[in-house]
Amino acid sequence: MAALLEVQGIVTRFGTQTVHAGLDMRVEEGEVFGIVGGSGVGKSVLLRTILGLRRPEAGTVRFLGRDLHSMSAAALHALKASYGVTFQEGALFSALSVQQNVQAPMLEHWRLPGPALDELALLKVQLVGLPADAALKYPSQLSGGMIKRAALARALALDPRLLLLDEPTSGLDPISAAAFDELLLCLHQELKLTVVMITHDLDTIFRTCSRVGVIVAGRMISDTLAGILNNQDPWIRRYFHGARALERAGLAHGA
Amino acid sequence: MFVTAQRSADQLNLQLQGEWRAAQFSAIEAELNSIELSGARHARVAAGSALLDLSGAWLLREFLQRAHNAGVESSFEGAEPSALRLIERTYTGEMPAHVVRHEWLDPEQAVEQLGRRTVHNWLNLLDGLQFIGHVGVALARSLGGLRRLRATSIARHIYDTGITAIPIVSLIGFLISVILAYMGAQQLRRFGADIFVVDLVTVGVLRELGVLLTAIIVAGRSGSAFAAEIGAMQLNEEVDALEAIGIDPIEALVLPRVLGLLIALPLLTIIADLIGLVGGGLLCHALLHMPLLQYVARAQSAIASTTFWAGIIKAPVFAVMIALAGCYCGMRVHGSSRELGRLTTLAVVISIFGVLLADALFAVLFLQLDI
Repeated sequence: MAALLEVQGIVTRFGTQTVHAGLDMRVEEGEVFGIVGGSGVGKSVLLRTILGLRRPEAGTVRFLGRDLHSMSAAALHALKASYGVTFQEGALFSALSVQQNVQAPMLEHWRLPGPALDELALLKVQLVGLPADAALKYPSQLSGGMIKRAALARALALDPRLLLLDEPTSGLDPISAAAFDELLLCLHQELKLTVVMITHDLDTIFRTCSRVGVIVAGRMISDTLAGILNNQDPWIRRYFHGARALERAGLAHGA
Repeated sequence: MFVTAQRSADQLNLQLQGEWRAAQFSAIEAELNSIELSGARHARVAAGSALLDLSGAWLLREFLQRAHNAGVESSFEGAEPSALRLIERTYTGEMPAHVVRHEWLDPEQAVEQLGRRTVHNWLNLLDGLQFIGHVGVALARSLGGLRRLRATSIARHIYDTGITAIPIVSLIGFLISVILAYMGAQQLRRFGADIFVVDLVTVGVLRELGVLLTAIIVAGRSGSAFAAEIGAMQLNEEVDALEAIGIDPIEALVLPRVLGLLIALPLLTIIADLIGLVGGGLLCHALLHMPLLQYVARAQSAIASTTFWAGIIKAPVFAVMIALAGCYCGMRVHGSSRELGRLTTLAVVISIFGVLLADALFAVLFLQLDI
């Protein structure tokens, strides 16, 4: 069976600077896949490429076996209903309430009666752990943690098969971040979601990810968590065995 | 087919199948609605291999609730679909009360609204006065040390609001003279007073229209730019960052813009005046076949020594009004990008209104002073 998401030989250049030099990545259905890398290695650019927002200089992105960048505009539009995405700063539409934010993708892709739309949007809002009265609030009235959750609710609006998250727990306090991890795991189990997330949060990686892809020197080294921990690449060793990581790694091995 | 219903006595057997996804929402809803509930006392639901996403599970839940209200108890054969389980867990809290919308012609509420608006506008006025005062204090403080004046920043704003506006302002200056000359020539020719077209163009451009239209163009270009720049910085928390570092945002953002425009607008006005006068000469030559030398001679006698100054003296006043309105609106942006658009529009409206109001006051003042 074809992988849900398959990225092959991606080359990304900005002027003379090469960010990705033939990057490969493969995500199977039902995985939680973490993308890790230092600042400026092109994690967010990779996400934009996967979303079809940016055309790479070379390489292909296949979603369910179909090439994203050679698709017709109509096919791409239909495909966008099958993934949900959150951006780093939430990127909620500031002129719309949370409920309207969640309804925006529904209105674009579905033809549903108004009351059902309201109920479904409210369900998604509560599903991510926001109080129901938050649905009527505007993004400027929300705290950072609530914005992250509201963004997740919007990403879940269309019941996507694939969820792409850009640093979902950055800027959250450890308790909120842990709660977010649990929420993600719960959704992953109950809805059989596939999750691809960019993250720097080692706790999140150890708690949620089944496989990890590390971007080093423009390529991706992907393996199971245990495999990555035993990888001999110096950057990976520093990342996962640095002072801040040791304690957590110990916990993960113990668990 | 998404559901097959079988009846045996008062037992209702429901077999779910297929993919219950939002794309088939209406079809599933129609099938569920067509199931006959009356007479049944118990419903047994077998999810089997059916795939339910959240929307599908929500539809099933709505159906089961409707059945429950009709006196039909339901149970699952095998495991409950996981999506349904998730919804049940989510809905443990109270459902929210729907927003109450008031009648909009409620007199009590109208009075309340009126009061609120009055207080709101009054506070806004105080806020605006406070802003102007703050700028004044910042200016006084800055004049103490030249280093605080941020010469590079002022230079940048002179370039942005002045130098880059030269082409459009020149064009406007020329167009003013075209309008005045055409209108004047048409009317005055009837009295054989062609020569007064020169008076009309030169005095009109120098005293009123040169500075007025330059100010309106600048209000549209730079007033809006000020509001949008500062507003975007507000949204990005850059203004808060400035304040946190200990830099007064008024001093760093507002003052250079006010001073830059204070220098740029009079200079632009001079350019508009100049082009207007030259254009007037060319048009008199073209329309009335008046030799250029005669135009110059006539212009010299038409223009009093105060004519030019009566126009240019308004430019700094207009400049300060435009810059203050733009910066004030920018500083008031909070929260959303919609607010940014609203206040940018407001900045242009306020500054053009202010310019016209001030111009009218100047006209009365000059009449009283007999200038």
